[in-house]
Amino acid sequence: MVSRRIVLHFPHRLVNQPIIYKLVKEYDLQFNILKAFVTPQEEGLMVLELSGKKENFAKGMEYLESCGVRIQPLSQDVVRNEDKCTNCGVCVPICPTEALVVDPQTRKVLFHNKKCIACELCVKICPPRAMEVSF
Amino acid sequence: MRTINEINEKIKNGQVVVLTAEEVIELVEKKGIKKAAQEVDVVTTGTFGPMCSSGAYFNIGHSKPRIKIGGGTCTLNDVPCYTGFAAVDIYLGATAIPDDDPRNKIYPGEFKYGGAHVIQEIVAGSDVRLEAVAYGTDCYPRKKLETLINIKDLNEAVLFNIRNAYQNYNVAVNLSDKPIYTYLGMLKPNLGNANYCSAGQLSPLLKDPYYKTIGIGTKIFLGGGIGYVAWQGTQHNPSIPRKENGIPKVPGGTLAVIGDLKQMKPEWLVGTSMLGYGVTLVVGIGVPIPVLNEEVIQYAAAKDKDICAPVVDYSSNYPQIIPGSLGEVNYEQLKSGKIIIQGKEVPTGNLSSYSRARLIAEELKSWIKKGDFTLTEPVAKLPQAESGYGFKLLKERSIITKEV
Ligand code: SF4
Ligand code: SF4
Repeated sequence: MVSRRIVLHFPHRLVNQPIIYKLVKEYDLQFNILKAFVTPQEEGLMVLELSGKKENFAKGMEYLESCGVRIQPLSQDVVRNEDKCTNCGVCVPICPTEALVVDPQTRKVLFHNKKCIACELCVKICPPRAMEVSF
Repeated sequence: MRTINEINEKIKNGQVVVLTAEEVIELVEKKGIKKAAQEVDVVTTGTFGPMCSSGAYFNIGHSKPRIKIGGGTCTLNDVPCYTGFAAVDIYLGATAIPDDDPRNKIYPGEFKYGGAHVIQEIVAGSDVRLEAVAYGTDCYPRKKLETLINIKDLNEAVLFNIRNAYQNYNVAVNLSDKPIYTYLGMLKPNLGNANYCSAGQLSPLLKDPYYKTIGIGTKIFLGGGIGYVAWQGTQHNPSIPRKENGIPKVPGGTLAVIGDLKQMKPEWLVGTSMLGYGVTLVVGIGVPIPVLNEEVIQYAAAKDKDICAPVVDYSSNYPQIIPGSLGEVNYEQLKSGKIIIQGKEVPTGNLSSYSRARLIAEELKSWIKKGDFTLTEPVAKLPQAESGYGFKLLKERSIITKEV
Protein backbone atom coordinates (compact mmCIF):
# COMPACT_ATOMS: atom_id res chain seq x y z
CA MET A 1 0.00 0.00 0.00
CA VAL A 2 1.17 3.49 -0.75
CA SER A 3 -0.44 6.77 0.09
CA ARG A 4 0.63 10.10 -1.35
CA ARG A 5 -0.49 13.67 -1.56
CA ILE A 6 -0.38 15.03 -5.06
CA VAL A 7 -1.53 18.09 -6.98
CA LEU A 8 -3.18 17.44 -10.34
CA HIS A 9 -3.30 20.15 -12.99
CA PHE A 10 -6.05 19.56 -15.55
CA PRO A 11 -5.83 21.54 -18.77
CA HIS A 12 -9.05 23.36 -19.70
CA ARG A 13 -10.18 20.67 -22.16
CA LEU A 14 -10.10 17.97 -19.47
CA VAL A 15 -11.95 19.84 -16.76
CA ASN A 16 -15.26 18.14 -17.51
CA GLN A 17 -13.89 14.64 -18.13
CA PRO A 18 -14.56 11.73 -15.70
CA ILE A 19 -10.85 11.09 -15.15
CA ILE A 20 -10.91 10.56 -11.41
CA TYR A 21 -13.82 8.16 -11.76
CA LYS A 22 -11.78 6.02 -14.12
CA LEU A 23 -8.76 6.21 -11.87
CA VAL A 24 -10.77 4.76 -9.02
CA LYS A 25 -12.60 2.17 -11.01
CA GLU A 26 -9.83 0.78 -13.17
CA TYR A 27 -6.85 1.09 -10.86
CA ASP A 28 -8.60 0.41 -7.59
CA LEU A 29 -7.22 3.50 -5.89
CA GLN A 30 -8.79 5.31 -2.98
CA PHE A 31 -8.82 9.04 -2.87
CA ASN A 32 -9.56 11.88 -0.61
CA ILE A 33 -10.05 15.29 -2.20
CA LEU A 34 -8.26 17.90 -0.13
CA LYS A 35 -8.87 20.83 -2.46
CA ALA A 36 -10.34 21.38 -5.89
CA PHE A 37 -10.95 24.49 -7.91
CA VAL A 38 -10.64 26.11 -11.32
CA THR A 39 -7.88 28.72 -11.63
CA PRO A 40 -8.29 32.05 -13.45
CA GLN A 41 -6.45 30.47 -16.37
CA GLU A 42 -9.26 27.89 -16.36
CA GLU A 43 -6.97 25.11 -15.44
CA GLY A 44 -8.53 22.57 -13.05
CA LEU A 45 -6.52 22.06 -9.90
CA MET A 46 -7.04 19.20 -7.52
CA VAL A 47 -5.15 18.22 -4.42
CA LEU A 48 -5.63 14.55 -3.62
CA GLU A 49 -4.53 12.08 -1.09
CA LEU A 50 -4.30 8.92 -3.15
CA SER A 51 -3.74 5.42 -1.82
CA GLY A 52 -3.69 1.90 -3.20
CA LYS A 53 -1.40 -0.97 -4.16
CA LYS A 54 2.04 0.15 -5.28
CA GLU A 55 1.78 -1.22 -8.85
CA ASN A 56 -1.74 0.16 -9.25
CA PHE A 57 -0.58 3.52 -8.04
CA ALA A 58 2.18 3.64 -10.66
CA LYS A 59 -0.24 2.59 -13.41
CA GLY A 60 -2.76 5.16 -12.25
CA MET A 61 -0.14 7.87 -12.53
CA GLU A 62 0.73 6.69 -16.02
CA TYR A 63 -2.92 6.84 -16.96
CA LEU A 64 -3.24 10.41 -15.67
CA GLU A 65 -0.17 11.54 -17.58
CA SER A 66 -1.42 9.88 -20.76
CA CYS A 67 -4.61 11.93 -20.46
CA GLY A 68 -2.55 15.14 -20.29
CA VAL A 69 -2.87 15.76 -16.57
CA ARG A 70 0.24 17.30 -15.01
CA ILE A 71 1.16 15.73 -11.69
CA GLN A 72 3.01 17.62 -9.04
CA PRO A 73 4.07 16.03 -5.77
CA LEU A 74 3.09 18.10 -2.76
CA SER A 75 6.60 17.91 -1.35
CA GLN A 76 7.36 21.09 -3.25
CA ASP A 77 7.00 24.09 -1.05
CA VAL A 78 6.27 27.76 -1.47
CA VAL A 79 7.93 29.94 1.13
CA ARG A 80 7.85 33.64 1.74
CA ASN A 81 11.00 35.70 1.81
CA GLU A 82 10.12 37.93 4.74
CA ASP A 83 12.78 40.50 3.84
CA LYS A 84 11.21 41.04 0.44
CA CYS A 85 7.51 41.07 1.37
CA THR A 86 6.15 44.62 1.67
CA ASN A 87 2.85 43.43 3.14
CA CYS A 88 0.87 45.02 0.35
CA GLY A 89 -1.88 42.41 0.11
CA VAL A 90 -2.33 42.08 -3.63
CA CYS A 91 -1.79 38.31 -3.31
CA VAL A 92 -4.67 37.88 -0.87
CA PRO A 93 -7.58 37.59 -3.35
CA ILE A 94 -5.43 35.44 -5.66
CA CYS A 95 -4.69 32.68 -3.15
CA PRO A 96 -7.34 29.95 -3.55
CA THR A 97 -6.90 28.45 -0.08
CA GLU A 98 -6.74 31.55 2.14
CA ALA A 99 -3.15 30.76 3.00
CA LEU A 100 -2.49 34.48 2.55
CA VAL A 101 -4.72 36.71 4.68
CA VAL A 102 -4.62 40.22 6.10
CA ASP A 103 -4.42 40.61 9.86
CA PRO A 104 -7.14 43.19 10.55
CA GLN A 105 -5.18 44.78 13.40
CA THR A 106 -1.64 45.06 12.09
CA ARG A 107 -2.74 45.15 8.42
CA LYS A 108 0.15 42.80 7.74
CA VAL A 109 -0.30 39.89 5.38
CA LEU A 110 -0.02 36.56 7.18
CA PHE A 111 1.21 33.48 5.36
CA HIS A 112 -0.14 30.18 6.70
CA ASN A 113 2.24 27.68 5.24
CA LYS A 114 0.04 24.75 6.35
CA LYS A 115 -2.86 25.91 4.19
CA CYS A 116 -0.64 26.47 1.17
CA ILE A 117 -1.02 23.87 -1.59
CA ALA A 118 1.92 25.23 -3.58
CA CYS A 119 -0.26 26.11 -6.56
CA GLU A 120 2.22 28.94 -7.27
CA LEU A 121 -0.47 31.41 -8.33
CA CYS A 122 0.98 34.03 -6.01
CA VAL A 123 4.59 33.56 -7.11
CA LYS A 124 4.59 35.70 -10.25
CA ILE A 125 1.93 38.18 -9.17
CA CYS A 126 3.81 39.24 -6.04
CA PRO A 127 5.35 42.59 -7.08
CA PRO A 128 8.63 42.25 -5.13
CA ARG A 129 8.61 38.48 -5.88
CA ALA A 130 8.68 37.53 -2.21
CA MET A 131 6.93 34.17 -2.69
CA GLU A 132 9.62 31.68 -3.62
CA VAL A 133 9.39 28.06 -4.72
CA SER A 134 11.76 25.77 -2.90
CA PHE A 135 12.34 22.18 -3.86
CA MET B 1 -4.26 79.36 15.79
CA ARG B 2 -0.54 78.61 15.24
CA THR B 3 2.06 79.29 12.58
CA ILE B 4 4.72 77.03 11.14
CA ASN B 5 7.35 79.17 12.89
CA GLU B 6 5.67 78.58 16.23
CA ILE B 7 5.56 74.85 15.53
CA ASN B 8 9.26 74.85 14.66
CA GLU B 9 10.01 76.64 17.95
CA LYS B 10 8.18 73.87 19.77
CA ILE B 11 10.10 71.24 17.79
CA LYS B 12 13.37 72.84 18.89
CA ASN B 13 12.22 73.04 22.52
CA GLY B 14 11.07 69.44 22.47
CA GLN B 15 7.49 70.47 23.27
CA VAL B 16 5.84 69.65 19.98
CA VAL B 17 2.78 67.36 19.97
CA VAL B 18 2.75 65.09 16.94
CA LEU B 19 0.16 62.45 16.11
CA THR B 20 -0.12 60.15 13.12
CA ALA B 21 -3.22 60.50 10.95
CA GLU B 22 -4.62 57.33 12.56
CA GLU B 23 -4.08 58.68 16.06
CA VAL B 24 -5.65 62.01 15.20
CA ILE B 25 -8.79 60.24 13.98
CA GLU B 26 -9.15 58.66 17.42
CA LEU B 27 -8.43 61.89 19.25
CA VAL B 28 -10.99 63.86 17.25
CA GLU B 29 -13.57 61.15 17.88
CA LYS B 30 -12.90 61.32 21.60
CA LYS B 31 -12.43 65.03 22.16
CA GLY B 32 -13.85 66.80 19.12
CA ILE B 33 -12.27 69.10 16.57
CA LYS B 34 -11.79 72.13 18.81
CA LYS B 35 -9.95 70.35 21.59
CA ALA B 36 -7.88 68.26 19.20
CA ALA B 37 -6.81 71.37 17.27
CA GLN B 38 -5.65 72.99 20.51
CA GLU B 39 -3.65 69.96 21.57
CA VAL B 40 -1.99 68.80 18.37
CA ASP B 41 0.68 70.69 16.42
CA VAL B 42 1.47 68.27 13.60
CA VAL B 43 -0.25 65.30 11.93
CA THR B 44 1.94 62.84 10.04
CA THR B 45 0.77 60.87 7.00
CA GLY B 46 2.30 58.08 4.95
CA THR B 47 1.96 56.01 1.83
CA PHE B 48 3.94 53.13 0.33
CA GLY B 49 2.78 52.14 -3.11
CA PRO B 50 3.94 51.60 -6.68
CA MET B 51 4.68 54.92 -8.38
CA CYS B 52 5.75 54.48 -12.00
CA SER B 53 6.70 58.09 -12.76
CA SER B 54 9.77 57.86 -10.57
CA GLY B 55 13.45 57.91 -11.37
CA ALA B 56 16.83 59.23 -10.37
CA TYR B 57 19.53 61.33 -11.93
CA PHE B 58 23.23 60.89 -11.42
CA ASN B 59 26.37 62.84 -12.14
CA ILE B 60 28.98 60.12 -12.41
CA GLY B 61 32.10 62.33 -12.54
CA HIS B 62 34.42 62.83 -15.49
CA SER B 63 36.53 59.98 -16.80
CA LYS B 64 40.09 60.38 -18.02
CA PRO B 65 40.14 61.01 -20.96
CA ARG B 66 36.77 62.70 -20.97
CA ILE B 67 33.64 61.21 -22.50
CA LYS B 68 30.43 63.01 -23.53
CA ILE B 69 27.65 60.56 -22.79
CA GLY B 70 25.13 63.27 -23.77
CA GLY B 71 23.74 62.24 -27.15
CA GLY B 72 25.21 58.76 -26.81
CA THR B 73 23.86 55.71 -25.02
CA CYS B 74 24.27 54.52 -21.46
CA THR B 75 23.04 51.52 -19.48
CA LEU B 76 23.19 50.62 -15.80
CA ASN B 77 23.13 46.83 -15.32
CA ASP B 78 21.87 46.69 -18.92
CA VAL B 79 18.93 49.02 -18.20
CA PRO B 80 18.99 52.01 -20.57
CA CYS B 81 19.27 55.52 -19.11
CA TYR B 82 18.30 58.84 -20.64
CA THR B 83 21.38 60.66 -21.90
CA GLY B 84 20.06 63.88 -23.41
CA PHE B 85 22.01 66.08 -21.01
CA ALA B 86 25.63 67.26 -20.70
CA ALA B 87 28.71 65.00 -20.56
CA VAL B 88 28.17 62.84 -17.47
CA ASP B 89 24.61 63.49 -16.30
CA ILE B 90 22.23 60.57 -16.77
CA TYR B 91 18.65 59.86 -15.69
CA LEU B 92 17.34 56.40 -14.94
CA GLY B 93 13.58 55.88 -15.07
CA ALA B 94 11.87 53.32 -12.84
CA THR B 95 10.07 51.53 -15.68
CA ALA B 96 13.06 51.24 -18.05
CA ILE B 97 13.93 47.64 -18.96
CA PRO B 98 16.87 46.03 -20.75
CA ASP B 99 16.67 46.02 -24.55
CA ASP B 100 16.68 42.24 -24.59
CA ASP B 101 13.85 41.80 -22.08
CA PRO B 102 11.17 39.73 -23.87
CA ARG B 103 8.50 42.18 -22.63
CA ASN B 104 5.03 40.81 -23.35
CA LYS B 105 6.18 38.57 -26.20
CA ILE B 106 5.70 35.66 -23.87
CA TYR B 107 2.42 36.78 -22.36
CA PRO B 108 2.11 37.71 -19.56
CA GLY B 109 5.68 39.03 -19.41
CA GLU B 110 7.54 38.70 -16.14
CA PHE B 111 9.53 41.95 -16.21
CA LYS B 112 12.03 40.61 -13.74
CA TYR B 113 14.46 43.51 -13.72
CA GLY B 114 14.42 47.18 -14.61
CA GLY B 115 15.21 50.72 -13.57
CA ALA B 116 13.40 50.43 -10.25
CA HIS B 117 15.50 47.42 -9.26
CA VAL B 118 18.69 49.25 -10.25
CA ILE B 119 17.66 52.24 -8.13
CA GLN B 120 17.03 49.97 -5.14
CA GLU B 121 20.44 48.32 -5.58
CA ILE B 122 22.20 51.67 -5.91
CA VAL B 123 20.52 52.90 -2.71
CA ALA B 124 21.54 49.67 -0.97
CA GLY B 125 25.17 50.53 -1.76
CA SER B 126 25.76 47.82 -4.37
CA ASP B 127 28.10 48.39 -7.28
CA VAL B 128 26.32 48.63 -10.63
CA ARG B 129 27.76 48.19 -14.09
CA LEU B 130 27.79 51.28 -16.30
CA GLU B 131 28.32 50.94 -20.03
CA ALA B 132 28.33 54.02 -22.25
CA VAL B 133 28.97 54.65 -25.91
CA ALA B 134 29.62 58.17 -27.22
CA TYR B 135 30.43 59.73 -30.59
CA GLY B 136 33.57 61.53 -29.48
CA THR B 137 34.44 65.21 -29.86
CA ASP B 138 37.66 67.23 -29.74
CA CYS B 139 37.09 68.08 -26.08
CA TYR B 140 35.49 64.72 -25.15
CA PRO B 141 37.43 62.21 -27.26
CA ARG B 142 36.51 58.98 -25.51
CA LYS B 143 33.94 56.76 -27.24
CA LYS B 144 33.48 53.90 -24.83
CA LEU B 145 33.26 53.52 -21.08
CA GLU B 146 32.71 50.40 -19.02
CA THR B 147 33.00 50.68 -15.26
CA LEU B 148 31.45 49.77 -11.95
CA ILE B 149 29.95 52.71 -10.12
CA ASN B 150 28.85 53.10 -6.52
CA ILE B 151 26.57 55.68 -4.94
CA LYS B 152 29.26 56.82 -2.52
CA ASP B 153 31.51 57.92 -5.42
CA LEU B 154 28.87 59.75 -7.46
CA ASN B 155 28.80 63.54 -7.35
CA GLU B 156 25.02 63.70 -7.24
CA ALA B 157 22.47 60.94 -6.87
CA VAL B 158 19.02 62.48 -6.70
CA LEU B 159 15.61 60.86 -6.69
CA PHE B 160 13.31 62.99 -8.82
CA ASN B 161 9.81 61.59 -9.28
CA ILE B 162 7.52 63.55 -11.55
CA ARG B 163 4.26 62.01 -10.32
CA ASN B 164 3.80 60.43 -6.90
CA ALA B 165 1.32 60.21 -4.04
CA TYR B 166 -1.91 60.18 -6.06
CA GLN B 167 -4.81 61.65 -4.18
CA ASN B 168 -7.18 58.68 -4.33
CA TYR B 169 -7.25 56.01 -7.03
CA ASN B 170 -9.48 53.68 -9.01
CA VAL B 171 -10.51 50.26 -7.77
CA ALA B 172 -9.80 47.95 -10.71
CA VAL B 173 -11.97 45.00 -11.73
CA ASN B 174 -12.29 42.79 -14.79
CA LEU B 175 -15.70 42.24 -16.39
CA SER B 176 -14.37 40.12 -19.24
CA ASP B 177 -14.08 36.35 -19.22
CA LYS B 178 -10.26 36.25 -19.43
CA PRO B 179 -7.66 37.15 -16.82
CA ILE B 180 -5.99 40.51 -17.48
CA TYR B 181 -2.68 41.85 -16.25
CA THR B 182 -2.62 45.52 -15.32
CA TYR B 183 -0.61 48.02 -13.32
CA LEU B 184 -3.13 47.30 -10.56
CA GLY B 185 -2.20 43.62 -10.62
CA MET B 186 -3.73 40.51 -12.09
CA LEU B 187 -7.50 40.78 -12.38
CA LYS B 188 -9.40 37.54 -12.49
CA PRO B 189 -12.25 37.25 -14.99
CA ASN B 190 -15.89 37.97 -14.20
CA LEU B 191 -15.26 40.20 -11.19
CA GLY B 192 -12.90 37.67 -9.61
CA ASN B 193 -11.10 40.28 -7.53
CA ALA B 194 -10.98 44.04 -7.00
CA ASN B 195 -7.57 45.69 -6.56
CA TYR B 196 -7.05 49.13 -5.08
CA CYS B 197 -4.03 51.27 -4.38
CA SER B 198 -4.11 53.84 -1.63
CA ALA B 199 -3.29 54.14 2.04
CA GLY B 200 -6.76 55.70 2.49
CA GLN B 201 -6.93 57.49 5.83
CA LEU B 202 -3.12 57.67 6.05
CA SER B 203 -2.49 58.93 2.51
CA PRO B 204 -0.95 62.45 2.38
CA LEU B 205 -3.16 64.25 -0.14
CA LEU B 206 -6.36 62.69 1.22
CA LYS B 207 -5.61 64.36 4.55
CA ASP B 208 -5.20 67.81 3.01
CA PRO B 209 -7.75 67.55 0.21
CA TYR B 210 -7.60 71.24 -0.80
CA TYR B 211 -3.77 71.47 -0.61
CA LYS B 212 -4.00 74.10 2.11
CA THR B 213 -0.75 73.14 3.84
CA ILE B 214 1.04 70.92 1.32
CA GLY B 215 2.64 73.03 -1.40
CA ILE B 216 5.78 73.53 -3.42
CA GLY B 217 8.75 73.41 -1.04
CA THR B 218 7.08 71.25 1.62
CA LYS B 219 9.68 69.10 3.34
CA ILE B 220 8.74 65.42 3.41
CA PHE B 221 9.85 61.87 4.23
CA LEU B 222 11.01 60.43 0.91
CA GLY B 223 12.36 56.93 0.51
CA GLY B 224 13.63 56.88 4.08
CA GLY B 225 15.42 60.23 3.76
CA ILE B 226 14.42 63.86 3.47
CA GLY B 227 12.86 65.22 0.32
CA TYR B 228 10.78 68.12 -0.89
CA VAL B 229 7.69 68.70 -2.96
CA ALA B 230 9.20 70.11 -6.15
CA TRP B 231 6.06 70.93 -8.10
CA GLN B 232 2.58 69.58 -8.68
CA GLY B 233 2.92 66.09 -10.14
CA THR B 234 2.06 65.42 -13.77
CA GLN B 235 -1.66 64.85 -14.34
CA HIS B 236 -2.37 66.90 -11.18
CA ASN B 237 -6.12 67.28 -11.40
CA PRO B 238 -7.61 69.44 -8.66
CA SER B 239 -10.78 70.21 -10.63
CA ILE B 240 -12.49 66.85 -10.12
CA PRO B 241 -15.78 66.06 -8.37
CA ARG B 242 -15.44 66.05 -4.60
CA LYS B 243 -17.57 64.85 -1.71
CA GLU B 244 -19.00 67.35 0.79
CA ASN B 245 -15.93 66.71 2.94
CA GLY B 246 -13.72 67.98 0.09
CA ILE B 247 -12.24 64.59 -0.71
CA PRO B 248 -11.95 63.80 -4.42
CA LYS B 249 -14.23 61.01 -5.62
CA VAL B 250 -11.77 60.05 -8.35
CA PRO B 251 -7.98 60.37 -8.77
CA GLY B 252 -7.17 64.04 -8.08
CA GLY B 253 -3.98 65.82 -7.08
CA THR B 254 -0.43 64.50 -7.41
CA LEU B 255 3.05 65.57 -6.28
CA ALA B 256 6.42 65.82 -7.98
CA VAL B 257 9.06 65.12 -5.34
CA ILE B 258 12.82 65.37 -5.10
CA GLY B 259 15.45 64.31 -2.58
CA ASP B 260 19.02 63.18 -2.02
CA LEU B 261 19.20 59.47 -2.88
CA LYS B 262 22.36 59.14 -0.80
CA GLN B 263 20.33 59.44 2.43
CA MET B 264 17.58 57.08 1.36
CA LYS B 265 17.12 53.42 2.26
CA PRO B 266 16.38 50.34 0.17
CA GLU B 267 13.45 49.36 2.43
CA TRP B 268 11.60 52.47 1.28
CA LEU B 269 12.41 52.30 -2.44
CA VAL B 270 11.55 48.82 -3.67
CA GLY B 271 11.90 47.58 -7.24
CA THR B 272 8.88 45.50 -8.23
CA SER B 273 7.61 43.56 -11.24
CA MET B 274 3.99 43.71 -12.32
CA LEU B 275 3.21 40.54 -14.25
CA GLY B 276 2.22 41.37 -17.84
CA TYR B 277 2.67 45.08 -17.23
CA GLY B 278 6.21 46.12 -16.38
CA VAL B 279 8.64 47.27 -13.75
CA THR B 280 7.79 49.92 -11.18
CA LEU B 281 9.20 51.49 -8.05
CA VAL B 282 7.38 51.29 -4.72
CA VAL B 283 8.08 54.61 -3.02
CA GLY B 284 7.64 55.52 0.63
CA ILE B 285 6.39 59.06 1.18
CA GLY B 286 5.32 60.79 4.37
CA VAL B 287 4.08 64.35 4.60
CA PRO B 288 3.70 66.35 7.83
CA ILE B 289 0.58 68.47 8.12
CA PRO B 290 0.92 71.51 10.41
CA VAL B 291 -2.27 72.10 12.40
CA LEU B 292 -2.60 75.79 11.56
CA ASN B 293 -6.29 75.91 12.46
CA GLU B 294 -9.36 73.80 13.14
CA GLU B 295 -10.15 73.36 9.49
CA VAL B 296 -6.80 71.63 8.87
CA ILE B 297 -7.38 69.06 11.59
CA GLN B 298 -10.93 68.46 10.48
CA TYR B 299 -9.67 67.46 7.06
CA ALA B 300 -6.81 65.45 8.56
CA ALA B 301 -9.28 63.46 10.66
CA ALA B 302 -11.13 61.99 7.66
CA LYS B 303 -11.65 58.26 8.15
CA ASP B 304 -11.51 55.36 5.71
CA LYS B 305 -15.30 55.41 5.80
CA ASP B 306 -15.34 59.02 4.56
CA ILE B 307 -13.09 58.33 1.57
CA CYS B 308 -14.67 56.82 -1.55
CA ALA B 309 -13.11 55.42 -4.69
CA PRO B 310 -14.69 54.55 -8.05
CA VAL B 311 -14.81 50.93 -9.24
CA VAL B 312 -13.60 50.79 -12.84
CA ASP B 313 -13.56 47.96 -15.37
CA TYR B 314 -10.01 47.50 -16.67
CA SER B 315 -10.91 45.04 -19.45
CA SER B 316 -12.70 47.60 -21.57
CA ASN B 317 -13.67 50.93 -19.92
CA TYR B 318 -10.20 51.91 -18.77
CA PRO B 319 -8.19 50.98 -21.89
CA GLN B 320 -10.78 52.34 -24.31
CA ILE B 321 -11.52 55.45 -22.22
CA ILE B 322 -15.21 54.65 -21.99
CA PRO B 323 -16.61 56.75 -19.16
CA GLY B 324 -18.53 54.99 -16.45
CA SER B 325 -17.90 53.51 -13.07
CA LEU B 326 -19.42 50.41 -11.54
CA GLY B 327 -20.14 52.30 -8.38
CA GLU B 328 -18.38 53.78 -5.43
CA VAL B 329 -16.90 52.05 -2.41
CA ASN B 330 -15.20 53.45 0.65
CA TYR B 331 -11.85 52.39 2.06
CA GLU B 332 -13.40 50.79 5.12
CA GLN B 333 -15.28 48.44 2.79
CA LEU B 334 -12.18 47.85 0.68
CA LYS B 335 -10.13 47.02 3.75
CA SER B 336 -12.74 44.57 5.06
CA GLY B 337 -11.51 42.21 2.33
CA LYS B 338 -14.63 42.15 0.19
CA ILE B 339 -16.93 44.55 -1.58
CA ILE B 340 -20.21 44.07 -3.43
CA ILE B 341 -20.22 44.89 -7.14
CA GLN B 342 -23.27 44.22 -9.31
CA GLY B 343 -24.65 42.08 -6.49
CA LYS B 344 -21.55 39.92 -6.36
CA GLU B 345 -19.20 39.61 -3.41
CA VAL B 346 -15.71 40.37 -4.70
CA PRO B 347 -12.49 39.86 -2.68
CA THR B 348 -10.17 42.89 -2.52
CA GLY B 349 -6.41 43.25 -2.68
CA ASN B 350 -4.34 46.35 -1.94
CA LEU B 351 -1.25 47.23 -3.95
CA SER B 352 -0.24 49.86 -1.44
CA SER B 353 1.05 48.53 1.88
CA TYR B 354 -1.01 49.95 4.70
CA SER B 355 1.25 48.52 7.40
CA ARG B 356 4.26 50.22 5.79
CA ALA B 357 2.32 53.50 5.41
CA ARG B 358 1.69 53.32 9.14
CA LEU B 359 5.42 52.81 9.80
CA ILE B 360 6.25 55.87 7.67
CA ALA B 361 3.79 58.06 9.58
CA GLU B 362 5.32 56.79 12.84
CA GLU B 363 8.89 57.28 11.63
CA LEU B 364 8.20 60.85 10.53
CA LYS B 365 6.52 61.50 13.86
CA SER B 366 9.61 60.31 15.72
CA TRP B 367 11.90 62.47 13.57
CA ILE B 368 9.84 65.55 14.39
CA LYS B 369 9.62 64.72 18.09
CA LYS B 370 13.37 64.19 18.29
CA GLY B 371 13.91 67.59 16.72
CA ASP B 372 15.57 66.15 13.62
CA PHE B 373 12.91 67.38 11.24
CA THR B 374 11.42 70.86 11.19
CA LEU B 375 8.57 71.96 8.96
CA THR B 376 8.83 74.26 5.97
CA GLU B 377 6.52 76.98 4.76
CA PRO B 378 5.52 76.20 1.15
CA VAL B 379 7.00 78.73 -1.27
CA ALA B 380 4.04 78.47 -3.64
CA LYS B 381 0.67 76.74 -3.67
CA LEU B 382 -0.19 73.73 -5.78
CA PRO B 383 -2.84 74.53 -8.40
CA GLN B 384 -6.02 74.78 -6.34
CA ALA B 385 -9.47 73.29 -6.76
CA GLU B 386 -11.02 76.40 -8.30
CA SER B 387 -8.00 77.31 -10.41
CA GLY B 388 -9.30 75.69 -13.59
CA TYR B 389 -6.07 73.70 -13.78
CA GLY B 390 -6.87 70.24 -15.05
CA PHE B 391 -5.99 67.22 -17.01
CA LYS B 392 -6.73 66.71 -20.69
CA LEU B 393 -6.74 63.76 -23.02
CA LEU B 394 -4.48 63.83 -26.04
CA LYS B 395 -6.02 65.42 -29.09
CA GLU B 396 -4.60 63.42 -31.98
CA ARG B 397 -4.03 65.32 -35.22
CA SER B 398 -2.87 63.98 -38.55
CA ILE B 399 0.69 64.78 -39.52
CA ILE B 400 0.67 66.57 -42.86
CA THR B 401 3.99 66.24 -44.62
CA LYS B 402 4.76 68.96 -47.10
CA GLU B 403 5.63 67.73 -50.57
CA VAL B 404 8.76 69.45 -51.81
S1 SF4 C 1 1.98 40.24 -2.86
FE1 SF4 C 1 4.04 39.71 -2.14
S2 SF4 C 1 4.74 41.56 -1.10
FE2 SF4 C 1 2.53 41.76 -1.29
S3 SF4 C 1 1.77 40.88 0.64
FE3 SF4 C 1 1.75 39.23 -0.87
S4 SF4 C 1 3.73 38.21 -0.52
FE4 SF4 C 1 3.89 40.20 0.46
S1 SF4 D 1 1.18 28.90 -3.63
FE1 SF4 D 1 0.50 30.95 -3.05
S2 SF4 D 1 -1.52 31.16 -3.97
FE2 SF4 D 1 -1.04 28.96 -3.98
S3 SF4 D 1 -1.91 28.20 -2.07
FE3 SF4 D 1 0.21 28.72 -1.61
S4 SF4 D 1 0.10 30.81 -0.85
FE4 SF4 D 1 -1.85 30.43 -1.87
